[in-house]
Amino acid sequence: MGSEAITAISASARAEVLRRIRLAKGGTSDANAARTGWSNVVRQYRRETAQAASATLEMFEDRLRDYDAHVERVVPAEVAGAVAKMIAGRGKRRMVIPSGLPAEWLPPGLEFVVDDGMSAVELDAFDGVMTGSTVAIAETGTVVLQNAAGQGRRAITLVPDYHLCVVNAADVVETVPEAMERLRATSGLATTFFSGPSATADIEMTRIKGVHGPRHLDVVLMT
Amino acid sequence: MSGVALDPKTAAAFPIAARTALGDTQMRKNVRHATEVIQAKRARVVAEMPDWQQLREAGKQIRQHTMEHLDYYLQEFEANCTRAGGVVHWARDAEEARRIVVELVKASGSDEVIKIKSMTTEEIQLNAALERAGVHAYETDLAELIIQLGEDQPSHIVVPALHKNRQQIREIFKRRMNLPELGETPQDLADAARMFLREKFLRVKTGVSGANFLIAETGGVCIVESEGNGRMCLTLPETLITIAGIDKVVPRFEDLEVLLQLLPRSATGERMNPYNSIWTGVREGDGPQTFHVVLMDNARTEILADKDGRNTLNCIRCGACLNVCPVYRQTGGQAYGSVYAGPIGAILTPQLQEMHHAESLPFASSLCGACYEVCPVKINIPEVLIHLRGKVVQQKTAGVSGLFDVEAVAMKAMGMIFKSERRFRAAQRLGRMSETPLVRKDGQGVGWISWLPGMLGGWTQVRDLQEMPKETFRDWWEKRGKHGK
Repeated sequence: MGSEAITAISASARAEVLRRIRLAKGGTSDANAARTGWSNVVRQYRRETAQAASATLEMFEDRLRDYDAHVERVVPAEVAGAVAKMIAGRGKRRMVIPSGLPAEWLPPGLEFVVDDGMSAVELDAFDGVMTGSTVAIAETGTVVLQNAAGQGRRAITLVPDYHLCVVNAADVVETVPEAMERLRATSGLATTFFSGPSATADIEMTRIKGVHGPRHLDVVLMT
Repeated sequence: MSGVALDPKTAAAFPIAARTALGDTQMRKNVRHATEVIQAKRARVVAEMPDWQQLREAGKQIRQHTMEHLDYYLQEFEANCTRAGGVVHWARDAEEARRIVVELVKASGSDEVIKIKSMTTEEIQLNAALERAGVHAYETDLAELIIQLGEDQPSHIVVPALHKNRQQIREIFKRRMNLPELGETPQDLADAARMFLREKFLRVKTGVSGANFLIAETGGVCIVESEGNGRMCLTLPETLITIAGIDKVVPRFEDLEVLLQLLPRSATGERMNPYNSIWTGVREGDGPQTFHVVLMDNARTEILADKDGRNTLNCIRCGACLNVCPVYRQTGGQAYGSVYAGPIGAILTPQLQEMHHAESLPFASSLCGACYEVCPVKINIPEVLIHLRGKVVQQKTAGVSGLFDVEAVAMKAMGMIFKSERRFRAAQRLGRMSETPLVRKDGQGVGWISWLPGMLGGWTQVRDLQEMPKETFRDWWEKRGKHGK
């Protein structure tokens, strides 16, 4: 069987599956019917925050710590200092960074290498990765990355064992719906939500840190 | 999968498999412990959501709406995914899906694949098909790795190795990873898996995944996971093949705001699972440059055609109904003879298969309703169970063979008796007379029957039956009336 054979199977299967669906529910749907039906979905859950921004930031820090991440809140001028301290505290030195990461966040005396499409094996040789972020969700302790300047492609925040992420306080929202609203305009970009370091609960339902993704996570919250 | 696959066509009926499972005290202890932990975690994170019921209602409505417009949303997904550089394939059944995936893997030029945990690939027994075609599949989810290396079968849709404890896992890893010195803390075991799989992540050029959600509006795919093995499989290979049931589509990106709240809290009792990935087609310089999606029916349209069973398709595979189920918690998952176990398995499996392959499953429930309470999209599982029980009985009693079905004949006779007061009283008298030789008195003088003949023996196999009262309520009432009290 070759690729033409798959194409043939797929084409006839497509027609058959759509026919079965229409038969099963008794009719063909279209864009108008779908739009009307969708807008009738009752959404009485929280879609906006009911708390002050300061409470949201506190909640975000609290939830991150719950995941065993280190968090430090600093003003913009102190970011580089906090970064230096965190990287030193982890005993790391050689970090990969995406292009477009603000130069003023990078402390002197450490090695920051800009990703130019390195192989996974090359990425594996770094001590860690440092990035910015798109949006963060306080209620779930989540940071969202997209393939954009200062965040880069997905592999760089995956292969190295340590991730240092700078989150702008203005990007922190309380709830998931608020975050999805902010992401909508760029929903086509490769998007990664991370909530704490890589973890598993597959052994006796005990959450343990660190399986395949970065095992250690530090967050600099820039206010 | 290495061992004998869980296949409803060949599996023992639930009562027989359950009897064997109940004898495995270690497995029962492991399942009890794990489901207790996960239930407590879920309860805690659900309780902190003031709008949980509103989210459930929205989740239910979104899923229902999707099924009503499934043809439209699948085509919309196809168009948008294709525009973004993905290739969409369709498969009527498991056989077609396997052929397509095997062919796509071969075309990728690789004789090995790395896999993300996927119930859909378990459902179609993809790994065995790949092996037959000379392709080795590495399971990369920790639990699936435990299952694969242990030549075992999954017992839970979210935590497939929930029936194994740390000592058992350590034994499997020691043997299969050649690590005689391996410790037994969960951390040791996770580290061993990291070492074992990292080399494969960095080397293998083709990935195979399932999907949690296909987003019609954008053509994107969303996968929810914990360990980062998913991200590895989605990001590092050159070719990615995603296989998804047609029920996995959601209308819009925005709908994830509901589902991404319901799923992690229900599945693992976390506010959010460690990683969610959303990608759309292919993007130069980021992730696989060849991306295929296989949309598979495999009897989902038959479920859609059954108005009373249709809401089974709303399932988002969180597994919360397994963890609360008093039957699952006793037997574990493998007794269900299907990759889909527990309450959702009891309604999904018979509908995905021809009913006669899994006709004991709709009866594997006490109808207590705990599954409905925790379901994040409000699937009324007890109602569907009763509907399916009705179908099983209908099938058994249909046609000429139904005339010889003992249970059906007995039920008809019961119907006759219940219809007439005279016959009902006569039957009661007959019952009291005929039970006499079977009754044994206990110390308090209460009569018990510990053995009943024929089909009635099903009751006394596991419990005693109290003898019938000497006087019925009706008799007592009438007597009382006569004496004018």
